Amino acid sequence: MKNVMTVLVCFVLTLSTGYADTINLGVAGAHSGDLASYGLPSVKAAELVVEMINARGGVLGKKVVIWAEDDSCKPEMATNTATRLVSKGVHVVMGHICSGATKAALGIYKDMKIVTMSPSATNPDLTQSGDYPNFYRTIASDDAQARLEVDFALNTLKVKKIAVIHDKGDYGKGLAEYARRFIQDSGKANVVLYEGITPGAVDYSAVIRKIKRSKAQAVIFGGYHPEASKLISGMRKKRMDTIFISDDGVKDDTFIKVAKKYAEGVYATGPKDVSKHPMTQKATKDHQKKYGKDPGAFFLNAYSATLALLNAIEKSGTTKYEPIRKALETEYVETPLGQIRFDRQGDAVGVGFSMYQVQNGQYVEVK
Amino acid sequence: MIIESVSEDILYFIELLLGGLTRGSIYALIALGYTMVYGIIELINFAHGEIYMLGAFTALIISGIMTMNGYAGMSVFFTAMLVAVIYSSAYGYTLEKIAYQPLRNAPRLSPLISAIGMSIFLQNYVMLAQTSDFMPFPSLLPDFKCLAWIDYMIGGPELVILMTTVIVMICLTILIKYTRIGKAMRATAQDKKMAMLVGIDINRMISATFVIGSALAAIAGVLIASHIGQINFYIGFIAGIKAFTAAVLGGIGSIPGAVLGGLVLGLTESFATGYVSSDYEDVFAFALLVLILIVRPSGLVGKTTLQKV
Repeated sequence: MKNVMTVLVCFVLTLSTGYADTINLGVAGAHSGDLASYGLPSVKAAELVVEMINARGGVLGKKVVIWAEDDSCKPEMATNTATRLVSKGVHVVMGHICSGATKAALGIYKDMKIVTMSPSATNPDLTQSGDYPNFYRTIASDDAQARLEVDFALNTLKVKKIAVIHDKGDYGKGLAEYARRFIQDSGKANVVLYEGITPGAVDYSAVIRKIKRSKAQAVIFGGYHPEASKLISGMRKKRMDTIFISDDGVKDDTFIKVAKKYAEGVYATGPKDVSKHPMTQKATKDHQKKYGKDPGAFFLNAYSATLALLNAIEKSGTTKYEPIRKALETEYVETPLGQIRFDRQGDAVGVGFSMYQVQNGQYVEVK
Repeated sequence: MIIESVSEDILYFIELLLGGLTRGSIYALIALGYTMVYGIIELINFAHGEIYMLGAFTALIISGIMTMNGYAGMSVFFTAMLVAVIYSSAYGYTLEKIAYQPLRNAPRLSPLISAIGMSIFLQNYVMLAQTSDFMPFPSLLPDFKCLAWIDYMIGGPELVILMTTVIVMICLTILIKYTRIGKAMRATAQDKKMAMLVGIDINRMISATFVIGSALAAIAGVLIASHIGQINFYIGFIAGIKAFTAAVLGGIGSIPGAVLGGLVLGLTESFATGYVSSDYEDVFAFALLVLILIVRPSGLVGKTTLQKV
């Protein structure tokens, strides 16, 4: 019996230490369960990138090996996932997928000094709290749209009085709250009105009159297009030329179709269009060739994260923690999301949202 | 300076008042159909909102076809309205024959469930047959030139809705109080068996009620959709709930009550938004409903009817 145990322990040990002469890339996220559709595309992205890089001779002359571990997007499982990856000797981790699970796992990686990069965790605190210097991400955080809207209103349009309206929903209200905080923190403008409207109501004339009375120069609206088009047509019919700024819930062609001439001049933030980027086209084509279908959610973010991590190892010439961090923050890397590097907090510079405006019945990017 | 700010406050009040009246007359227009059906057969026709939505969709299709063929202006409005009224009335008639008539002698809950079932069925039917997306609805009513000087307070379509509500209310009251068919309807409402004994075809009376109720829903659908400018398969549900609230508030079964209830609800919402916050718009509206029902359980103008034992 004792012999069996020894053999077993040795076996487990050889399995778990990984290979010393390879670069070990951990890939963690939901690979099973309800949210597997968010996690599995990141595994495929990692496989495609690693295949491509290994064919070129690997990183630092070593082959890259993927260690994929499942956390089902559950924080309580994510700590185990992280421990398993650490025991396998991963050098860097691409993951996790959900914000809650990522936060749970990050402490372990931080203690072990392992750089972690998520393709999809959007919770603002993960980077902004400063608690996790080992954390990076290739997706814009939840407050990025609000940040862009407020910066645009304050610095480009130079408005002083802003009304913030939302639809009481998780998405719209969350965004509106960030927008209000950013405006107040900037000290450059006043929030003259902050209100929630009921989605689906027959009209918003009372709120529109309130906006008029508040003398707001611009409205920042958090919500979706049906409410936005009712608001904007009501405002324009009341001959108000208040600037209207909204989010990617409004950057939808249905909005223009419904609001028609009243949609003209409306600003809305939306994800940067990367579909024409040659690397995006190549990554998508490779995915179709290998797996026979179009890539899933966060595929490009995961593809870019893998590229960025491996590039940082190559550039720093080592798998040590500090040099990799430094490389991530200083070296630009070409990815499907564009040329990116990371700021000190860990957010990707140049990834995220652009401002669009309705011009002649079409959304046009505002440079 | 003081005078200026006072007049601004008064203007704000007037604007809220007009906004509330418009919103209230929208509720009232739909509530009229509810309350009429309830008055005759004591059935809460939950599919009423869906008839309203069907009317709007019919008008959208007709106006689309006519605009493509080069028609414009009021002719499109009237044709679309007429077709929508006929089409919706046919739906109302069929609805009653299929879903309510077989259940006339069943316990009172059965037709209610049947009504909810029809409501869900019609919503999904339109979603599958048409689209689940929001559709732009053309503004069939022109912005009248002579109203340009007050259009920042109240627009043409809003005035038309207000006036239509009042006209419909008056016509319905006359119809029920002073015509032969109205008398027969009231007899049916009071006692079906007795009405039959004196030679009233109660099935015809009930069908007529549904046809009139559905026609009203279609008129409301076309007017309101052209005011709001967008429709989808779900608009009937939300409008229906508010209109139902208005009907109960005014006293369900009473025609002036539906209008009064609608206006009170609309004004409450408008002032709650204007002077407190739109976050609490529904809180105020429903708190008012509860208060009124505590003080007057049969609604603002509803009559307390004695239970017939």
